[in-house]
Amino acid sequence: MSRRKRIADTLAYIALILVCFAMILPFIWSLSTALKGPGKVFLYPPQWIPDPIHWENFLTAWNRVPFGRFLLNTAFVSVAVVGLQLVTCSLSAYAFARMKFPGRDKLFLLYLGTLMIPGQVVIIPNFILMRYFGWLNTYSAMILPAAFSAFGTFLLRQFFLTIPYELEEAAVIDGCSRFGLYRRIILPLAKPAMASLAIFTFRSQWNAFLWPLIVVNDTAKMLIQVGLSFFRGMYYTEWELLLAGTLIALIPTLVVFAFGQRYFTQGIALSGLGGR
Amino acid sequence: MTGVSKRKNTIDAWLFLLPNFIGFLVFTVFAIGFSLWISMHRWDLFSSPTFTGLSNFVRLLTNDRDFKRALLNTLYFAVGIVPLGTATSLCLALLANRGLKGMTFFRTVMYLPSVSSTIAVGIVWIWLLDPQFGVVNYALRSIGLASPPNWLGSVLWAKPALILMHIWQYAGYYMIIFLAGLQGVPEQLYEAAVLDGASSWQKFWRITLPLLSPTTFFVIVMKMIGVFNIFEQPFIMTGGGPSGSTETIVYYIYSNAFEWFNMGYASAVAWVLFILVFGVTLIQFKYQGRWVNYE
Repeated sequence: MSRRKRIADTLAYIALILVCFAMILPFIWSLSTALKGPGKVFLYPPQWIPDPIHWENFLTAWNRVPFGRFLLNTAFVSVAVVGLQLVTCSLSAYAFARMKFPGRDKLFLLYLGTLMIPGQVVIIPNFILMRYFGWLNTYSAMILPAAFSAFGTFLLRQFFLTIPYELEEAAVIDGCSRFGLYRRIILPLAKPAMASLAIFTFRSQWNAFLWPLIVVNDTAKMLIQVGLSFFRGMYYTEWELLLAGTLIALIPTLVVFAFGQRYFTQGIALSGLGGR
Repeated sequence: MTGVSKRKNTIDAWLFLLPNFIGFLVFTVFAIGFSLWISMHRWDLFSSPTFTGLSNFVRLLTNDRDFKRALLNTLYFAVGIVPLGTATSLCLALLANRGLKGMTFFRTVMYLPSVSSTIAVGIVWIWLLDPQFGVVNYALRSIGLASPPNWLGSVLWAKPALILMHIWQYAGYYMIIFLAGLQGVPEQLYEAAVLDGASSWQKFWRITLPLLSPTTFFVIVMKMIGVFNIFEQPFIMTGGGPSGSTETIVYYIYSNAFEWFNMGYASAVAWVLFILVFGVTLIQFKYQGRWVNYE
């Protein structure tokens, strides 16, 4: 029995290593190409370890288009959206989970119903709205429409419902206000759900493409994914530079998620959804 | 509760709701209504909109070969991605659920592609799939395939290439959802089955699969919705080509709205897409009783 299990475990390890290899190979191959001199990129059969190593490709890519600016813009927009969503969604989720008011359930149903409508339906009217507000080519256009989320409200409300009432009842007797209950009791207990919402929202903002593509065309305000796609349009034959740029865009996410993987996996399991 | 405190309560509740509700009202509720209005007009944003009733929808459904092609392409992606992708993620989850050492590391590596941006990963895959210098064709040649496919440049192979990348990208993400589901299968059931002399194969088919069916159902529904929204992949990798063979419905919406400025027509396509996704999801929910087991 134990011998059979050992064999099965060994086979499982081999399978896992092969799968991980397949998952990581594209990134490694990109790194290898990004470090080659222009003459070595199109060698056949492919050369896996570049010789000599051209670290300066990263610097060249960084200088060809303002990657630093793109990263800064993306960080700013992502952090702003995450912060605003955490505030607006936790407040509305608290109202839905804990307060009684006329029409509450109907309003919540409306929130839920809009979750089914794909983003493509609202992208055109919102673009026209941005144009009407004079917000095209502004950070507002990238931040504000994303700052209120029905999904975030739903996720946090579901979590708030699992927090026992007794804690709040005790606080009410001590004279705690409504806002105090939300701020001092619910929010501290809801940290895991808030962290999951934050990390999901961060991912989708960092990787956002279609919306920032249509509302901003000023290079100074461009986000990283849009900037990267422009970079691809300009340097599509210089693979070593193109892949260096791609890795510049990828590395921040890979680092954040390699370290934050616990919250991410917990979040997927918690909500099941997470949005794509 | 007295009338006054009831009213105060309602006011308090709305104060909590308001920051979110304003945005929800403008960017979601109003936008949905506005979109419906736009879909019944002809509007290029430069001149004023003209009301055309349902003619956008009529043209779309009866007389638009490009839409039909985008729809068929999207269905091709659905058929290619949903079953194969679900099976892949399930297999990975079974592997990862064996309680081996170092699993956190394996799991992290497997889910990294799914947190990466599709634009970046798309560029990486263009290079991998390069017909002459790509690693994929190098591997195919070294196992004796003299003329491997031209992948993204071929009408026949561009779709399978995108399907392969899509499955690769999201395998780890859905694996985590399956893992959460597997953790919910009670260990005693397996122990009892072993006492009855069940083989691993039987345990999988008789216990794991049926008890996991709610998770499988959820994964299939989510994957289907994801597939109907494919856009960035063909945008960066093929530009919808060759010969429109990878143009999806969302790509068609994008081209109509932001390349040709047919706002009305693009909105009509968006609504048809919504109805399609909604219909498919509804059908899935309707027939889930036949195979999904909720204890």
